[in-house]
Amino acid sequence: MTTAVPVKSRKPWTPSQIILTLLGTAVSAAFLAPFAWALFTSLKSETEAVEVPPHWLPEVWTGQAWQALFETGNITNWFVNSVAVSVCVTSVVLLVSALAGYGFARTEFRGKKPLMGLVMAGLMISPAVLGVPLFTTVQQMGMVDTYWGMILPQCAPAAMVYILYKFFQGIPRELEEAAFIDGAGRWRVFFTIVLPLSRPSLAAVGIFTFIASWNNFLWPYMVTNNPDLMTMPNGIATVMNSYGIQWAQLMAGGLMAGLPLIIVFVFFQRQIVAGVAHTGLAGQ
Amino acid sequence: MTATSAQTITAPARARTAADSATIRRPQGFQHGGWFVAPFLLLFALFVIWPLLRGVWLSFTDANISGEGARFIGLDNYREALKDPLMWDSLGHSAFFTLMVVPCITVLAFLLAMLAHHIERGKWLWRLCFFAPFLLPSTVAANLWQWLFNPGTGMINYVFGIETPWLTDKSYAMLAIVIQTLWWTVGFSFLLYLAALQGIPGHLYEAAKLDGANAWHRMVHITLPMLRNITGLVVALQILASLQVFDQAVVMMDFLPGPEGSTRTFVQFTLEEGFTSYRVGYASAISVIFFVIIAAVALARMWLLRNREESAR
Repeated sequence: MTTAVPVKSRKPWTPSQIILTLLGTAVSAAFLAPFAWALFTSLKSETEAVEVPPHWLPEVWTGQAWQALFETGNITNWFVNSVAVSVCVTSVVLLVSALAGYGFARTEFRGKKPLMGLVMAGLMISPAVLGVPLFTTVQQMGMVDTYWGMILPQCAPAAMVYILYKFFQGIPRELEEAAFIDGAGRWRVFFTIVLPLSRPSLAAVGIFTFIASWNNFLWPYMVTNNPDLMTMPNGIATVMNSYGIQWAQLMAGGLMAGLPLIIVFVFFQRQIVAGVAHTGLAGQ
Repeated sequence: MTATSAQTITAPARARTAADSATIRRPQGFQHGGWFVAPFLLLFALFVIWPLLRGVWLSFTDANISGEGARFIGLDNYREALKDPLMWDSLGHSAFFTLMVVPCITVLAFLLAMLAHHIERGKWLWRLCFFAPFLLPSTVAANLWQWLFNPGTGMINYVFGIETPWLTDKSYAMLAIVIQTLWWTVGFSFLLYLAALQGIPGHLYEAAKLDGANAWHRMVHITLPMLRNITGLVVALQILASLQVFDQAVVMMDFLPGPEGSTRTFVQFTLEEGFTSYRVGYASAISVIFFVIIAAVALARMWLLRNREESAR
């Protein structure tokens, strides 16, 4: 019994499974085709890329576009900026919204109800809605064209507080009360009992904050014009689009901006899917 | 820094709760709760509440981008906005985009989730394929489709053997943006549906099978009703996100408002007034109008949810 059995118990290929799998493959191919097109374009020379009619595979495979991307542009700068901004935003959001979510869910303080109402109202506000006044506020603080100006306004997401608030409400009070009886204080309970229990929620919030921040275009676009400070999406959209688009280079840059998250997804797929389910349930 | 402040506050808190441990039901740490929410509230006040108040104030002035010499002009900005054909046009474009995207994305996400849920092999692969586009930055996804839609050198026209001037003709430009958005964002709603499908208890289907219900009946009478809540969520999130469409529209149109201004979205209009015409007062008034619209949608959803809960009771 304990010896390894090499034969896996495979599910049978019923006709309906065959049809579904074929259908799934066809739809997936349609979804992936644009990625393939980007990759193949980036491996063509600039002149071959704009040939009419287009063809999928490069006739001459060349790394010219990738090489030019690294030699001429400031794409490495943008990449570093993107990493720095996303990591900072994610850490601050995780810390601040976990504390606030717990505060709203489990502690009492004066003015809690109206403040919670205010946070709920904040769910409706985004840089897209309030871009211009947000910009003038940041301008007044002297943070235009700085990292601070790019990072801090992304660090007050009411939605994340709300998700964690919902989650903390679901933790059984008995767990905390047992610790209180043993003489632990609020902060100790928070850090040693509540936080370890909420790892899946924190992972979800962290992953989504990171994705949102890495992909954020609108706010960095508003707050900086300095090519040295730009993030990937921003630099690609503005600088690389500004003088006669070189498609092969543009596709190479786009892949470089998009691939890190796709690789992260491949590795953390389980957590991300659980995270989406989680956020979905909180918002339901 | 946070570690030290946490420690300094921990010590007295511990002493107090230890003394009070006999009366646990009392609200614990009455004055400490404030410290938990303080850091968030500080950021929230600075970057959400203050800009909102400031926007409301600026909307009553003729402020320009420098922020100096703004005069109070009452409701003039609002009067002008309500008469501005550009505002109504851009609002119409965003609304049209929303009307196109929301039903399509909801149905497509549901179908993809059903597909991925029912194929027994390689679940991770289908998930990855359908979700991957969502992981691209908006500008990258937009550039990619601008390239695909390009007449002559692009793949769309070549594959389908057509010669549609996607990005340069008024009647196709918004459609092109809708198609790009479907491909790019359907993955998120797809994952929500997939999670909801996996959450439906299997014994419901088994019971139905014993009662002789066929696959169609099982879907109509079990799957669809069980997905009602998640559909409400998907639709609400999509409406709110679609009304705020900006990135893909500007990037696909090279930062211009599209052929004959046909893809100028509401957000784009606000930013044009604020950062191109430097009319911060006027742009703030438009932003406030936009905020009211978004808030109305969000409140309508809350109201619907409450009604449903009450009728369920």
